[in-house]
Order: sequence, then structure tokens, then C-alpha cells
Amino acid sequence: MTLEVEGAGPSGHAAPSADGAGAPLLSVDGIAIRFGGIVALDGISFDIAPGEILGLIGPNGAGKTTLFNCVSRLYTPNEGDIRFRGESVLALAAHQIAGLGITRTFQNLALFRTMTVRDNVLVGSHPQTRSGFLDDALGLRRGEPDRTEIDALIADLELEDVAGRLVADLPTGTQKRVELARALAGRPKLLLLDEPAGGLTHGEVDDLGGLIQRIRDERGVTVLLVEHHMGLVMSISDTVVALDFGRKIAQGTTQEVQNDPDVIRAYLGSSRQ
Amino acid sequence: MTDQSMTSEAPAQGRGKPVAERAGIPVGLKRAALLIGLIIAIALPFMVKNFTIFQLTTVMIYAIAILGLNLLTGFNGQFSLGHSTFIAIGAYTTAILMEFGGFGFYATLPLAALFCFIVGFLFGLPALRLESIYLALATFALAVATPQLLKSAPFEPWTGGVQGLLVFKPEAPFGIPLNSDQWMYFVTLVIGLVLAFFAVNLVGSRTGRAMMAIRDNPIAARAMGINIALYKTTTFGVSAAYAGIAGSLSAVVVQFVAPDSFTFVLAIGLFVGLVIGGVGSIPGALFGGAFLVYVPNIAEELSKGLAGAAYGAILLLVIYLMPAGAAGLVRAIVMKVLNRRA
Repeated sequence: MTLEVEGAGPSGHAAPSADGAGAPLLSVDGIAIRFGGIVALDGISFDIAPGEILGLIGPNGAGKTTLFNCVSRLYTPNEGDIRFRGESVLALAAHQIAGLGITRTFQNLALFRTMTVRDNVLVGSHPQTRSGFLDDALGLRRGEPDRTEIDALIADLELEDVAGRLVADLPTGTQKRVELARALAGRPKLLLLDEPAGGLTHGEVDDLGGLIQRIRDERGVTVLLVEHHMGLVMSISDTVVALDFGRKIAQGTTQEVQNDPDVIRAYLGSSRQ
Repeated sequence: MTDQSMTSEAPAQGRGKPVAERAGIPVGLKRAALLIGLIIAIALPFMVKNFTIFQLTTVMIYAIAILGLNLLTGFNGQFSLGHSTFIAIGAYTTAILMEFGGFGFYATLPLAALFCFIVGFLFGLPALRLESIYLALATFALAVATPQLLKSAPFEPWTGGVQGLLVFKPEAPFGIPLNSDQWMYFVTLVIGLVLAFFAVNLVGSRTGRAMMAIRDNPIAARAMGINIALYKTTTFGVSAAYAGIAGSLSAVVVQFVAPDSFTFVLAIGLFVGLVIGGVGSIPGALFGGAFLVYVPNIAEELSKGLAGAAYGAILLLVIYLMPAGAAGLVRAIVMKVLNRRA
């Protein structure tokens, strides 16, 4: 883990948060969660503005994934609240989050491995469609999403050539794009990316950064990016939140966070203090 | 039905993946196979003796139950070693309604399906808490308990206890010139085709994709907005309804229901039929059904004293030759031929 990043200047994108009253899309408000005696998150608060890419960083064990899992409702925090467009999500079940407009990718790829790429993407459209067992058994095909939209999404992520292939047969980089396509098929307002750069080559990480920005620009999707790869976070984030031992130690632009003494200490150790 | 045949050629592939989702046999070829199979299926009862017709009907009945089990296990990833229970419930629903309720057979069929759906759905609720092998054990417990419950005193006035109930076999209506064996063959064929049609539609739909997504990765499925509890319990209900319809048909075809027809041996047999036919393959159910009806007879002919050992040997041989089931083998052969020509 290193903080020196080539070309990690201030982000080229000003966060387009100027719309309306500037109400945040997602508010994380004083989240605390304990597992047994261990405090995994200790009163974390931050907002994500609509259209923003927010990078969440921190050393291993800082609580990034735990926070991520609170937002996607896999964990329920002991204290605090998480509001999406002003409404608390904590009363919802995990399967209701996607329908709200929050979809995600997974750290270690969680695809439907024995299904084709196209079917994986179609599963992503589940919250956008409605059909019951009876409709589907009778062949009414009420639950089929707009075919051109799905085709366009598959093309956009350069998956046309492998659309009919089984996911398990594809290389990691391609599988990551399948996960992105699957998450986008749910037409999210907020996309949660859990370490998308993991397992990718240098070139692939650069492409991924461009892709995430393009998704934000073209689809108007707000992005919460949890990432170890500093180069990626610093090159595309509008705002960066740094965690350490379950606490927020810094928040600001990429420049501010990179120069923050607490952040430097968290990453490099405190021997020079 | 379909006309795929078993050959002894060893398959080049078959890594135990569900067969249905591999990029596969062209649709035109599948339709042609269905059509030819259908013509053969319609012609057969006029060409063979009544006992053979009875056997073929039994093959289709098993295939219906295996199809239901496949929806549950093959497509949704929930194991059941207890589907004999749902067959029993279907069979007894028909027998009891006909014996004590004065119902005609055809009226009992949807009731048997509905009742089994409800029981299956309810069983699916506690099953949600059980991981694969524990669910297999829980359902196995159901299979072990069923025959004894059917014999037990509280149920005896209805079930006829150990002796079971005799069931009246319907004749062909409207003076259709078919004997009762031929008639029930066609009734079973039509019901089987309708149920296969439903299964094919289901598997290729939003519901089917949700079922398979849960099987492949439940955590990701939930993140995609899939209500896992709803899909799992409903699939359990649908699967039980298929088994119930098979049971209802078997009651009238065999003209008899008795507790010892529905032991755990039947439940395991269905599981064997599922694997032999091909997990995740819809036409594969027919192979599974044929295996259950004919292989024990073949084993018996090979050696009367060692029929069980012969059955075991055949089973091992089949698994060795067709690791992805009959459907996987047929697919591998067809794809090989197509690729050679291309």
C-alpha cells in the first residue's frame, strides 16, 4: 500500500452537486457496529452528493467492507442511521435495496457462475421487472426487460462477444465487467463498488477508472467506491473518506486526503512521530 | 416426448454442470426431435401390448415427479430425498376423494396438485434455515416417516392402513375406441407435456433466472433484489405439486394405493433418476423415468440372486459413461456431430 500516485492530481470532475438544495443522495449518520467486543465501526458519518464518486479508503481492517455491508443491508448497525434520498434504509430487508436504486458489485466476484453472461445481466434487471410463477409458467414473458436496453448495456461493457458464454469460463477482468453490467441492469441511482480493481492488471485498472467515470457521466450514477488501489481512488474520486480502526480520520478532496497527516500515519505507521 | 437415445459412447465432457444452460443444441433441431418423439409417443400404444403400455405410462409418471424434483434441486439448488412423501400425498388425495368423496378422477387431480403445493410450500419454510445436506436429511426424515404415518391408527379409517385402498381406473369417455391402459397413457402424456411446457417456460423466464441465481450465489441473488425466501418456498411448493400430480396419476394407473409403495426407496429412486437423466435438463427426466422402470428388470434378468448387485453395477457404469446424465451425453454427441459438419 502506497500513497504516492502518479498523476493523482485533483480530480478532473467537479462533483455536480449543485442541483436543487444539494440534498445528499446517501447519508451515513453516526454508524456504529460491534461484533462481540470488537468495535468495527465507531460513529462514522458522511454524505454522498448526487453524481459524485466517493472513494472510501483505509488500511486492512479499517472497516470499509463492514460499512459497505451496512449500506447494502447485509449488516445492521448497532447505532446510527443510513438514509437514501432522505429515507432510512435500515428498516428494509437486503433484497429490497436493489429496488430502491442501490446496486453493488462484490470484492471477490459473486457471479452466477453456471449461467451465461446475458442471463447474469438479466438477473440484474430483476427489480425493474415484475412477474409471478404463474405468468412465467404460462409463458406470458411479462418479466422480460427491454431487450434493446439489455443489449445496449452488454455492448457498452464490451461483452457482446461473450454474451452467450458461461461466466465461469471467462477471465477475471471480463467477469468484473459482467458484475458491473449486472449491477447497472438494475438501473441504480447509487452504485456500490467493493474493491473493483482487485485481481486486475495495471492496464485493466486504468481502463476500469475510465469506465467508472463514464458510467457516472453517461448514466448519472452516483458511485461509492471502496478500494485498496490508491491510484484508482485518487484518479477518479471527487471526495475521499479515509477510515482507520473503525473511525473516520479524514474527508476531503483527493489532494486534501493525501496530505492529511492522520492518513499518512495510518498508512505508513507512526514511527516518525 | 423426445427421442434422444442412449449410446455406449463415452462422452468427451460433462463436468457436472447443469446441462440446460450451456450454449447448446440449435432450437430447430430440438423442435424436430420433439416432433419425431411426439409421433412415436402417439403411435406406440397401438403397437405394443397392454403391459408395455402400462410400463410406458409409469415411465412418464416417474418423469413428471423427476421433473418436479429437477425444478427444486437442479434449478433452485435445494436437495430433497423426500419427494416420495409428496407422491404419496397426491396418490392418497386422489384415492380418498374417489373412495369417500365420490369424486371423479379428473376432479381429484388439480386438488392433489393444490394440496401438495400447500404442503410443499409449508415444508419449504423451515427448509429455508437448512443448508444443502441438512435439507437432504430433513426431507429424508419425511420420506422415512411417511409410510408409517399412513399405516398409523389415526389415519387408518381414511388410508385403509396397511392394506391401502383400491382405486377405480377410468375408462375412455365419449366412446373413444381406446382401452383403459391406452386411455391413461394418453392422459398421462398430455399432462406430462403440459407440465414440461410449464417447466420449460419457467426455467427460461425471470422466475427461472431468479431460481438459478439463488442456486449459484444466494448472497449475490439477494443483492439483485431477489426475495430468496419467496422463491425457495414457492419452488418447493411447485416441485411438490409436480410430485403430487405424479402420485395422483399413479393411483389410478396402478389402481391401488398402499403405504409400502411410498417408502424412502422411492425417494432415493427419484434422486437417482434425476442424476441419470441430467440435473438441470428437462427432457432428461424421461431418461430418469425409463431408468427407474426398466433397469431393475434388466438387473433381475441378469441375475435373479444378485439383482441388487447388478443394479448397482449398471448404475456405476451409467454414471461413468454419462457423468452429466443422459441429457449431457446426448448434447455432447449432437454437438460433436454438428461441429464436425460445420
